[in-house]
Amino acid sequence: MTRAVALVRGPVSYVWIALVAFTLLSWWVGGDHGIASVRIAGAVVLVVAFVKLRFVGLYFMELRDAPRPLRTAFESWCVGVCALLVVMSLVML
Amino acid sequence: MSTVETSRGVESARPAMPDPARPRIPGEAGIWVFIGGETVAFTFLFVIWLYSHSQHPDLYSVGQQQLAVGFGAVDTLLLLASSLFVVIGVRAVRAGLRPLGPIAFAGGLACGLGFAISKVIEWGGHIAAGQVVQTNEFWVYYYALTGMHFFHLLIGMGVLGWCFLQARKPALSAQRFAYLEGGACFWHMVDFLWIVLFPLIYLVR
Repeated sequence: MTRAVALVRGPVSYVWIALVAFTLLSWWVGGDHGIASVRIAGAVVLVVAFVKLRFVGLYFMELRDAPRPLRTAFESWCVGVCALLVVMSLVML
Repeated sequence: MSTVETSRGVESARPAMPDPARPRIPGEAGIWVFIGGETVAFTFLFVIWLYSHSQHPDLYSVGQQQLAVGFGAVDTLLLLASSLFVVIGVRAVRAGLRPLGPIAFAGGLACGLGFAISKVIEWGGHIAAGQVVQTNEFWVYYYALTGMHFFHLLIGMGVLGWCFLQARKPALSAQRFAYLEGGACFWHMVDFLWIVLFPLIYLVR
């Protein structure tokens, strides 16, 4: 147990705690408790999801240490698809 | 003692963290082509879901009220826990902590199994309530997206089972360790796809 904790000491454990906190936050916001506008709440939970996804990529998949083209491709996908889905949810729903 | 061998023989005590000054591809290049392809395929599904939602707002409004958000949230937490286990597993094998590696991969596998059981219970409840593929467009896409993800989850559980077996070995070649890292990355992909599917299906009204 101590060895397991030692292996994830540092950024990766902070990231994991943040991911859990963001999940609970999304659950709360999406449960119509946090934000008055349903449309804005939808956009917020989508942005939160892509922030979480980026953390998973950079810290769990170790893309932080990857060659620049691979990391750039991943981060561009995160930003591009997040923007696309947020705009679609705001304009079309 | 390390469990990772290189072409020059067994390295002594490799660090649990890669050296940030030397960029390296996690796993090997092939897995990233595969992960890229799967991610693009799911991107189309995300877009199709929102488009269908915009075309049938009433069906989606009723359908989403019939979903239990708790299932989606708990599933997300299970996959996050599994991802942490897998990170520990890879680092344990890299650092030569042999008993810890297989234990961590087994933990990841158990969380994946928990997700699968949760999903089956959730689907069972909807089917029992008559909310099936034939009901309307909402349920078509609900089962398509969650089913497609479930299919990847099952493949990922097979991959984690393989990682568990590799982590039990006293030594791994550098190539075999790269496959193990690639397998871990595939599992993290299963996790991050659900991270988008959860809000998209359950929360974006």
